[in-house]
Amino acid sequence: MSTADTASGAAPAAPVRRPGLLRTAWRFHRTKIGVVLAGAVLLVAAAGPFLSPFSPTEGAGMPNSASAAGTLFGTDEVGRDVFSRFLHGGYTLVTIAVASALAGVAAGAVFGIVAGYLRNWADELIMRTNDMLLAFPQLVLALLLLSILGPKVWLIVAIIALSHANRVARVTREATLKVVEQDFVKSAEAIGVPRWRIMAAEILPNITSPLLVELGLRITYSVGTIATLSFLGMGLQPPQADWGLMINEGRTAITIQPWAVVLPVTAVAVLTIGANLITDGLSRASIGIDRGVEK
Amino acid sequence: MTGSEENADTGAAAGRGGTALRVDDLAVVGHPSEVEIISGVSLTLERGHILGLVGESGSGKTTLGLSLLAHCKRATEVSHGTIEVSGNALTGLGEKEVRRLRGRAVAYIPQSPASALNPALRLRTQLTEALHEWDEQERGPRADRVREVLREVALPDDDAFLARYPHQLSGGQQQRVAIAMAFAGYPDVIVMDEPTTGLDVTTQAHVLQTIRSMTRDYGTAGVYISHDMAVVADLADDIAVMYKGEVVERGAAARVLAEPEHPYTRRLLRAVPLLRTEGHPEPEELPEAPVLELSGVQAGYGRTIVLRDIDLEVRRGECVALLGESGSGKTTLSRSVAGLHTQFSGGMVFDGEVLARSSYRRTPEQRRRVQYIFQNPYEALNPRKRVRELILAPYTHLAGKPKDPDAVVARALERAALPASYAARYPEQLSGGERQRVSIARAISTSPDLLICDEITSALDVSVQAEIVELLRNLQDGGMALLFVTHNIALVSNIAQKVAVLNKGEIVEHGHVGEVMARPRHGYTRALIADTPDFELSLPPSDADLQAPEAAGQ
Amino acid sequence: MLRLILYRLFYGLLTLFVVSLVVFAATQALPSDPAQAILGREAADPARLAALREQLNLDQPLALQYWSWLSGVAVLDFGTSLSGGMPVSELLGPRVQASLTLMLVTAVIAAPIAMAIGAFAALRRDRRFDHTSSMATLVLAAVPEFAVGIAGILLLSTGGLKLLPAVYAGSSTEVLANPDQLVLPVLTLAIAVSPPIIRMMRASMIEVLESEYVQQARLKGLPERTVIWRHAAPNAIGPVAQVIALQLGWLAGGVVAIEFLFNFPGIGKALMDAIEARNLPVIQAVALLIAAVYVLVNLIADVVGLAANPKVRVSSR
Repeated sequence: MSTADTASGAAPAAPVRRPGLLRTAWRFHRTKIGVVLAGAVLLVAAAGPFLSPFSPTEGAGMPNSASAAGTLFGTDEVGRDVFSRFLHGGYTLVTIAVASALAGVAAGAVFGIVAGYLRNWADELIMRTNDMLLAFPQLVLALLLLSILGPKVWLIVAIIALSHANRVARVTREATLKVVEQDFVKSAEAIGVPRWRIMAAEILPNITSPLLVELGLRITYSVGTIATLSFLGMGLQPPQADWGLMINEGRTAITIQPWAVVLPVTAVAVLTIGANLITDGLSRASIGIDRGVEK
Repeated sequence: MTGSEENADTGAAAGRGGTALRVDDLAVVGHPSEVEIISGVSLTLERGHILGLVGESGSGKTTLGLSLLAHCKRATEVSHGTIEVSGNALTGLGEKEVRRLRGRAVAYIPQSPASALNPALRLRTQLTEALHEWDEQERGPRADRVREVLREVALPDDDAFLARYPHQLSGGQQQRVAIAMAFAGYPDVIVMDEPTTGLDVTTQAHVLQTIRSMTRDYGTAGVYISHDMAVVADLADDIAVMYKGEVVERGAAARVLAEPEHPYTRRLLRAVPLLRTEGHPEPEELPEAPVLELSGVQAGYGRTIVLRDIDLEVRRGECVALLGESGSGKTTLSRSVAGLHTQFSGGMVFDGEVLARSSYRRTPEQRRRVQYIFQNPYEALNPRKRVRELILAPYTHLAGKPKDPDAVVARALERAALPASYAARYPEQLSGGERQRVSIARAISTSPDLLICDEITSALDVSVQAEIVELLRNLQDGGMALLFVTHNIALVSNIAQKVAVLNKGEIVEHGHVGEVMARPRHGYTRALIADTPDFELSLPPSDADLQAPEAAGQ
Repeated sequence: MLRLILYRLFYGLLTLFVVSLVVFAATQALPSDPAQAILGREAADPARLAALREQLNLDQPLALQYWSWLSGVAVLDFGTSLSGGMPVSELLGPRVQASLTLMLVTAVIAAPIAMAIGAFAALRRDRRFDHTSSMATLVLAAVPEFAVGIAGILLLSTGGLKLLPAVYAGSSTEVLANPDQLVLPVLTLAIAVSPPIIRMMRASMIEVLESEYVQQARLKGLPERTVIWRHAAPNAIGPVAQVIALQLGWLAGGVVAIEFLFNFPGIGKALMDAIEARNLPVIQAVALLIAAVYVLVNLIADVVGLAANPKVRVSSR
């Protein structure tokens, strides 16, 4: 790689750029599998309500029958159609999960960049607060607050987003520290570019890959945590159709009517597995892209 | 096998003569691309001789060095050719046989001992391990041999020292431990991969001295891999020049240095900065006040003071070199001038006005007129922006929105000797030298009066370094003042008119380059000059003295 | 070294103090007052409301309420359970023991196996074992632990093989007396904690195997056994210890859903029961206990990490 060949006379054709993060991630088989799995569940969650044979709350036959007439997967413990409840039960879970993951990643990114770049009292304050929050297992914090304040949807989103935010802030701060050490940031400082613009124009574009990976990871965990909360009876409340809640309601009758549990558990598992496969593809791709110094 | 044992027995007394290493038509390929990383390499080396293996980054010299130990990095393998050490073939052996030969037929001294010594093991363990094929009955206890070899490399041999961990040693000591480890088992051949990179010149001189005397005393053949022609010229008996995976020239050192046959060798030799020159021609002493004037500057981090009583002047059209080894405080000083390091006191006057400490407190005009170029071109450019944007964004910030942005970019690139079409590229599409040119283009686009260059060539290959130096000289002729920070004393002679020698935070010597080089007054400067390999170009300056082919084309 | 440990210890205590503030403040954040919230619809009866208020010290100033609660907590007196009138510490004592046993059994089984799998995958990098274990950890890391537990029940208990009991039926005092009932909960928890340990062990081992000092050890001609056990493994374990600690800390919270699912009489089950009964003192105590385990485990990991690093251990000379 000698300059002597390139700088003399007319420039030869520019070397090809490396492909972007998404395109690189798509090359991994696991990403494709993940997209298919997660896509299938999302399709059920989004289109399900329009296709369901019954309303999710109306009775369709005898309670807890695995083969009630006119139903595909039988009825639940109060005689509602399991299949219809399954088709209706994904929409809220997915919306809440994605909303809290987005909010958490956005807030965490802001905190992380500010802490990592300014390295002053704000860093201390943000990171110490973070450490304190980390001392609380996410689920226990959620249970504590929800049991006292009552299980409300906005509260669930806020709690999950908060517990994501402090973990994302940590990752973002680490990524920011790596970027801040590089001289192009100092170069902007030397000519007096305002701090906020350095954060927005120099740092943020260089940490999009870890942020995207975090988003995937946070969506995976959001789905898991919210389903767990509903399963524990602290998430969405009856008579709402919700996958987590269905598992909670159906688990006592698991031997006689397994479908009420099997369907939602499978959906939750497939969705999280798909999301995690995509995330892994992204993170593998980003390792290739974000190597700072290349010699 | 037998050969190495015989040699080991007569080890210390072994004289010269006899072939220690023979490489024939060697090729190493990488998977899955099946590209030959090195190809058609043939070498021979006598006992007690040192072969200098010279090449720039990516030339395949490390791959060749490792293959001499029958070791290939991940996803590479020897595809062709043979390696013989003292008559024993090294290629085509099983894992066990190779292992037995390592350490006593061939040993390896790594580039950076700081990362090649295991941080979790004491020196005793690591040194004793090197004697894994040692016959205690015949040759005495291993522990005795370890102490002996430590004494030979001038390290303490007491128990307290052996109980230390690598991080408790200085960089020079770590490298001596690595040398001791390699020589412990009386190997026939020692491969040294840039063993002095990262050491300051004084330590480098000591380490080279140790290597020289050890190979001579042991009758060991040495393969010394380096990018530094000056060091190799000083040390080696034979020289092999590598370029793009092939040995383009090999022969006795004196012959290669005096009558290089291959054009690449000639280019490489011309690019080496000469230690003693007449100095850059002085501009007539202009009566005007200095552009930058420092008086009594003191700087530090927290309570640690790293700079004391710095007085320095830089005039228009003049280049002042700030020479110092790592830890001398030279980067702190240059960053203070740039407004990036704010913990300092003392006078800092730029063109008659006091400079605020932080760049954010300075006037926009001051920020425009003082520009800084960073050491590592791989980190100085935002990888997410095109060259055009990299040049325009600071320009717009400092000088306002230009009427014709394309002209601004084109002119800046032209002054940095880059084609205008590079504006559309991203940094990853540029080589190291090109990136540094973009950094320079960015810095000079606003026509600054003072350019601070912080070790801007240290991350580049020598031939590229020569081109950048040439470019800076031209800028200086255009009236710009330069503060050139470097650890490389040879570079100073080639670019600066004045030099300030910085040692442990103080300027110990200050004056015109020619004078300081010819008659250094301070002991530190004298030692520095004495320890730097003195390279003298014996080539006739045929095509346009020191210019690289590329620079001649502008 | 000692200073660092003392600093971490102080920091751990500070964290616990803040946690106690949060737990206490949470009860203050009730829209009405705790007594009212606890009684719910029954709050209409003023006499019961007043009695409960007194029991909870609600007529005292806030700081005083906190102080009397905290000074109780310091001597493991968490107050009195609202249902049954038993002291909370007495109620939770055997539960804590049961949960700790469950966690310990899980840790002792999962950590070594996970580390072995991770290290083996690193040595077999890019071969079949590595690919399989990488895929398996990805899948298992994603699925919420209760779903793993349900899958276990369906496969091994009710639906498929009918080998194991679906729920725990023993007492909280003699957990180890019914090993067959422990299999499913331990298996589920082990599957939930292992993936990060496996992945970290693999990554850390690969990094060490690619390091220059391992290359140098090979170039010295050492047998592969020595290279791996003396040069690579000790340096690879440091970062993994941290992850193991994090995972053990996670277990403290992770047991909640598992105990609920398997009806295991530990603190997690106690927490869910207390939430259902709106039994505030128990909720507070459990939240604080779980946080304490979390902080403690992290502290131990920090100390182990420091002690394992010769740079820290001997640099204080």
